[in-house]
Amino acid sequence: MDVVDQVVQSELKEDIPAFEPGDTVVVHVKVVEGDKERIQLFQGVVLQKRGSGVNATFTVRKVSNGIGVERIFPIHSPKIAKIERLRAGKVRRSKLFYLRGLRGKAARIDEKR
Amino acid sequence: MSALIGKKVGMTRIFTEQGKVIPVTVLQVGPCYVTQIKTKEKDGYEAVQLGYGLKREKLVTKPVKGHLKKSGAPALRILKEFRNFQMGESIKLGAELRADLFEVGDKVAVTGTSKGKGFSGAMKRHHFGGGPKTHGQSDRLRAPGSLGQSSYPSRVYKGTRMAGRMGNEQVTVKTLKVVRVDPENNVIMIKGAVPGSRNGIVYIKKF
Repeated sequence: MDVVDQVVQSELKEDIPAFEPGDTVVVHVKVVEGDKERIQLFQGVVLQKRGSGVNATFTVRKVSNGIGVERIFPIHSPKIAKIERLRAGKVRRSKLFYLRGLRGKAARIDEKR
Repeated sequence: MSALIGKKVGMTRIFTEQGKVIPVTVLQVGPCYVTQIKTKEKDGYEAVQLGYGLKREKLVTKPVKGHLKKSGAPALRILKEFRNFQMGESIKLGAELRADLFEVGDKVAVTGTSKGKGFSGAMKRHHFGGGPKTHGQSDRLRAPGSLGQSSYPSRVYKGTRMAGRMGNEQVTVKTLKVVRVDPENNVIMIKGAVPGSRNGIVYIKKF
């Protein structure tokens, strides 16, 4: 194994649930306000997963009050307390950027069963 | 001062407990061997010579072989002297120095050989602005501009910044912070970048 991979091995999280682009997920994000820490939820559709090892990130998109909001999370960030998969989506590509141009009914994703 | 010789492995990133990302350079630092201790009485100055990197026994020339025999070190690729070395109990002839010579939070200076850029123009080499792109210009886009005055001095001053060979020279970056030490694998992580390409030899000094 590459030495770089080897030394960052301990930085990686082991308990990452399986989720794919198209899935609806709830990301539990730790937020620090002053000296208090609380959990904030971000629910949306996974648009993409990219990178490998510590560099891996994923993008979640939701429509909030009619405005599209996207957040990019590093998968191995300690700020992410939990990733919950609500619904497995049936999609035919790995990057779902076409959803940005769609709204309402057109932006629906079939459930995988 | 204490120092180690190492090899640049590559860059990656790590997270702090607060979730902040730190860009780090991974350095393989050792094992280094103390191959010679120079003293004022014998050599006229004080220094410690360290060796790093193994090579095949038969590639070592006879004079070097004899030199290494005195300390009992294996066949080494790099030998380098360091002055003002902080002498501790662990620093003696033939001793093996490992990554634990450094601690997390140490400020270190890293010396390496920068990547060679070949014959580079003034824009890349000296950060010149180049010429205008438009308004009837031709062939001025990356030109260095005027090199000096006119009939006096009628020559170009020495040292005028122009195109030329760039890189492949010794560069030292000071006050870099050590963020991780892994004595088991002889690896340290340093915040930020260090000079040189991957697998390049670097000298890491702590003051």
